[in-house]
Amino acid sequence: MQHAQPVTVPAETLLEWYRTLVFCRRFEEQTERSFRRGKIGGYLHVAIGQEAVPLGFLSAARADDVFFVSYRDHVHTLVRGTDPGAVMAELYGKLGGTCKGKGGSMHLFDVSRGNYGGYGIVGGHIPLAVGAAYALRYQGTDRVCLCFFGDGAMNSGALHEAANLAGLWGREGLCPVVFVVENNQYGMGTSVERASAVAELARRFDAYDIPNERCDGMDVVVVYEVARRVVDQVRRTGRPYAVETITYRFSGHGAADLFQPYRTKEEVERWRQRDPILLLERRLRQEGLLDDARVREVEAWAEQRVQEAVAFAEASPEPPPEELYRDVYGG
Amino acid sequence: MPEMTYREALRSTLVEEMDRDPRVLLLGEDIGVYQGTFRITEGLLERYGPRRVIDTPISELGFIGAAIGMAMLGLRPVVEVMTWNFSLPAADQILQNAAKVRYFSGGQVSVPLVIRGPNGAGVQLSAQHSQSLESFYGHFPGLRVVAPATPADARGLLRTALRAEDPVIFLEHAALYGMRGPVPEADYTVPFGQAAVVRPGRDVTVVAYSRMLHLALAAADELAQEGVECEVVDLRCLRPLDMDTVAESVRRTHRAVVVQEQWPLFGAAAEVATGIYERCFDDLDAPVERVTGEDVPAPYARNLEKLAFPDESRIAQAVRRVLQ
Repeated sequence: MQHAQPVTVPAETLLEWYRTLVFCRRFEEQTERSFRRGKIGGYLHVAIGQEAVPLGFLSAARADDVFFVSYRDHVHTLVRGTDPGAVMAELYGKLGGTCKGKGGSMHLFDVSRGNYGGYGIVGGHIPLAVGAAYALRYQGTDRVCLCFFGDGAMNSGALHEAANLAGLWGREGLCPVVFVVENNQYGMGTSVERASAVAELARRFDAYDIPNERCDGMDVVVVYEVARRVVDQVRRTGRPYAVETITYRFSGHGAADLFQPYRTKEEVERWRQRDPILLLERRLRQEGLLDDARVREVEAWAEQRVQEAVAFAEASPEPPPEELYRDVYGG
Repeated sequence: MPEMTYREALRSTLVEEMDRDPRVLLLGEDIGVYQGTFRITEGLLERYGPRRVIDTPISELGFIGAAIGMAMLGLRPVVEVMTWNFSLPAADQILQNAAKVRYFSGGQVSVPLVIRGPNGAGVQLSAQHSQSLESFYGHFPGLRVVAPATPADARGLLRTALRAEDPVIFLEHAALYGMRGPVPEADYTVPFGQAAVVRPGRDVTVVAYSRMLHLALAAADELAQEGVECEVVDLRCLRPLDMDTVAESVRRTHRAVVVQEQWPLFGAAAEVATGIYERCFDDLDAPVERVTGEDVPAPYARNLEKLAFPDESRIAQAVRRVLQ
């Protein structure tokens, strides 16, 4: 397990990350409220508690790198800079959404920012990321591909077939992919211990000769330090690398997961002591970069930005009936 | 027009397109060093090198998924499946990712991917290796499904597939690889969704595709000796499905027989027959007949296998029934 390292991140960046984490948290909380009000339909999987992982990794990636995500994809999309109004509008099923309202919560895309999407079948997007990584090298670039997925995906055949290919192609320097395991302890309601014969998930990549490590997924600074080193190495070598980030979701698996019989309140409370926002706030206060007034300022800014996103989503028109038949074929 | 085999038509088209477009690359089991189970990729590893001709492990889910990712990033991968039966472990990738990602991304990505290989039965491969999967894949919007029956169409449709912007399910037939026929040279293409009247006739329309086309033509020869003139339509493409050409023919002949190798329930013939009823019910002088495989897993024994799949005489009998 990787622990906190000396901070090499400038104060301004730390403050920016704090603002981003608070904003993403308020955004996700708003989506839960909007879901309960019937504004958002279908499935809704929020990443409350897990925000430091996408923020740390995507901060370490270059603007021209690409990534693939599971269905828990809101925060990845937001931290990559996609307009929050477009994200909220997608959840609201509106034309102004990232995918014109045709994908919804599980399928946020923004290809202009290298976001090749969220996918709804556990593990199903991992082979795509391996092929994407091959393509980036085939095209003669030094771009890398990040592939985010949960601990549940570690037991899918898709992960293992994709990891084997990555191991093979990586030997030739042709597979610059970073596997980012977002181990939030549960695949829906089944704990890692009850689902994986080897509970230390990172080690399973040993089988494919893919270097791997575990790291704290709650401290964004730790995540970033690991991510920067790993992303640089993958970019340099064209070989895959896997990082198992240890994180936790404070909300249910999805909006329907109300009673959570698989875990105790005490367990959730224990993890809340390591809330990524709390950890960063503590660090910033210790360094004199944050005080109560500044916290209130950030909260107000975040809340206003969320409400602007909601207003945009509300005002955006529904996709017109013609959209039903668009984008099935390219011609 | 030069003659070549179905196999040579496929191989030469791959070569021409790979020479023309560096984005085209090949993946599959034993396509490189081994040169392909059916030798469609013979010599290509030597010609293009291992970055463009990728021998994969036996891992269809993995390498078909990876090919989809390559296509999303702008390459034009061509996957060989040793047979279409082996595509089933990758069905999730093909149906849930390749077919839909353009749609659920709101048009942000394309998947210009061709998956090709032999489909169907008839060479004693028993239950797991003899399936025809055209209606399975044809069910899903977002895919193109083609099934060429001749060397010329193999060439023309493969070239169209290699230049298309969508995932193409390219169904070949093992029994056709050695078949010779005239093949137009140079930039010959056959557009998707265009059936062909391959034998004109006034009495009955016989609709078929892939290997069944040749049985339909043999039945038509037999029936011609009895004075029955069959009009034989080759669908060539199952999705999009060219019902206009079929209906136009049926309006002339007033009778139709639809032939498929696959199982009867929910098959391509049911779809075509319904399309005929919807478009030209009043033109029909008899109910549409279907000739299909029997509703059983494919048996191994030669005699049972022959019973399990359509042959010329069953097609001829169906034609005689609609003429009664």
